[in-house]
Amino acid sequence: MFYREAGDFKSSYRSDSQTFPIAFDRYRYYALLVFAIGVVPFIVDDYWANAVLLPFLIWSIAAIGLNILTGYCGQVSLGTGGFMAVGAFACYKLMTAFPGLNIVFVVLLSGGVTAGVGVLFGLPSLRIKGFYLAVATLAAQFFLVWLFNRVPWFYNYSASGQISAPERTVFGAAVTGANAQAWASYLFCLTFLIAVAWLARNLTRGAVGRSWMAIRDMDIAAEIIGVNPLRAKLTAFAASSFLVGIAGALFFSVYLGAVEVGEAFGINKSFLVLFMVIIGGLGSIFGSLAGAAFMVLLPVFLKNVLVGGLGWDTALAAHFELVLVGGLIIFFLIVEPHGLARLWELTKEKLRLWPFPH
Amino acid sequence: MPEQFFFAAEVMVNGLMVGVMYALVALGFVLIFKASGIFNYAQGVMALFAALTLVGIQQGQVPFAHLINAIFGTDLHHFGWEVPAVLAILLTVLVMIGLAVLIERIVLKHLVNQEPIILFMATIGLAYFLEGVGDLMWGSDIKVMDVGLPQGISDVIDQTTYEWFGYGFFIDRLDIAASIIAALLVAALIVFSQYTREGRALRAVADDHQAALSVGISLRFIWVLVWSIAGFVALVAGIMWGAKSGVQFSLSLIALKALPVLMLGGFTSIPGAIVGGLIIGMGEKLFEFLVGPLVGGATENWFAYVLALLFLVFRPQGLFGEKIIERV
Repeated sequence: MFYREAGDFKSSYRSDSQTFPIAFDRYRYYALLVFAIGVVPFIVDDYWANAVLLPFLIWSIAAIGLNILTGYCGQVSLGTGGFMAVGAFACYKLMTAFPGLNIVFVVLLSGGVTAGVGVLFGLPSLRIKGFYLAVATLAAQFFLVWLFNRVPWFYNYSASGQISAPERTVFGAAVTGANAQAWASYLFCLTFLIAVAWLARNLTRGAVGRSWMAIRDMDIAAEIIGVNPLRAKLTAFAASSFLVGIAGALFFSVYLGAVEVGEAFGINKSFLVLFMVIIGGLGSIFGSLAGAAFMVLLPVFLKNVLVGGLGWDTALAAHFELVLVGGLIIFFLIVEPHGLARLWELTKEKLRLWPFPH
Repeated sequence: MPEQFFFAAEVMVNGLMVGVMYALVALGFVLIFKASGIFNYAQGVMALFAALTLVGIQQGQVPFAHLINAIFGTDLHHFGWEVPAVLAILLTVLVMIGLAVLIERIVLKHLVNQEPIILFMATIGLAYFLEGVGDLMWGSDIKVMDVGLPQGISDVIDQTTYEWFGYGFFIDRLDIAASIIAALLVAALIVFSQYTREGRALRAVADDHQAALSVGISLRFIWVLVWSIAGFVALVAGIMWGAKSGVQFSLSLIALKALPVLMLGGFTSIPGAIVGGLIIGMGEKLFEFLVGPLVGGATENWFAYVLALLFLVFRPQGLFGEKIIERV
């Protein structure tokens, strides 16, 4: 009834292969964009921005990054936390070394630096495959975190070993530092997310993305039909690390403000992003967003219900949350191994026929 | 210089002992990976869970006391009795077997034929779940494991080596006990898999799932069996680590070190797990001793992973792994 594609005729290849081919979807998407850009900044307050919106936006970027590597190119990585740390520290070093540089460029450059490091740690993927690679990426995770912890140059010889973001403005509005406004930080991250999602979507449906998917589906076969595995894998590592680096830079500069590397970018963060990607759906941009939303909202929701609603103490609630998150992950994998994105597809299929399913 | 040399040798021997511990966790991984192709990330948490359960039963804690107290407003904590160590270990083994049955029934049964990455994720979910359940059941405070294993520095070795070399080696009695127990465990596993009916079925499944099914071996039974054995191995590892450094969450993180051990040894090889464990344990202690002071210390955090990574670049299947043959 509500969801119709009848009468929605395509007259060119271009309009047929657009991201939202159904007009209904497209208008909803535009409406959502208008709402996110035009309405939310005026109603957002500090709690919502810090507890829900900023983490969602930033983790979404990280999840899209990991999804490119794991979902599209089939290379499982457990080093996301380490790469985010590279982004964060690159961002910090650039911010302090070039105070005049606009924060937008700083974040982009941090992504670039992370891409370089990602390619370096991606090199072994040419020889190591499957789970061996997953464990090998742990080397990146632990080595990078150790490096940022132990080499004082990275944290400018500060006594605490912490890094903290100085204030930077975009068009006169502070987005980092103590005086940052919730709406400004929100819009800043949102802009990056939209750009990243657009970039990722177009990368993955172009020639590069197809070569990634060929490698994922069967690397030897792909090699035989002429896909260069070196190029495909390294571009996947570069693109993925670029986005993860951006997420790390934003996570440090906009969201946390001050970072202690072992705590903020530990192995748990790597697993968190991997969960987002798996629960959201491997090989789907929408899935990355859905997974990030799920993993960000679940703890907030549980905390409100258990601590706020039932009055449990926080330690108990934290343990219960572990049980629930673990249980839900298993549940999701059993019910729908292809994640929320697939569930969304199925819902749309059903809605197309509703209310006359036969 | 001999002082330095002996000191390095002592570091090496202690590294070997740590390696035994890594090997114990890695052993559980290998067993499950061989029999079901599942990369069981939860092995470390299983060790933690087993150790928590053992201590809990021994001290007569009321399971889920915190949860019950929070919901019903009661004030439970202990039953008020203490269970002897042997009985507690037996009960814990029963719990681990029960856990294996539950995992097979609730999780694995539904995930047959899924891609390895999905199964891997499921075991990560399982790890979170078990960690949470363990904390809910027994509380998250650090516990002392005491099952009557010898503790402290061995005086005999200290004195003998002092007489021989003029330098007393400090070696923990617990480490020696751990090595002996690990050796016994491996021997028992080998005897089990070579000479018993179930052991042979296990090897058949490890060799070829389909062929094993076609001669009438029940895959589901084998899976329960292998997860039970892995649970038992986890218990042994948990007791050792617990006795060494107390039963706490970091136990499951130490167990992450079993992963590079596996990579070195190969995912499918039991001797590989042992040798890999020894190499990693010895290597990281020596590296920390020789290079650590130059670069700021705490190299143990990453040395194992980087070593395994570099090693794999030259030999992708690990030391003893089956040669990877790829076909289109």
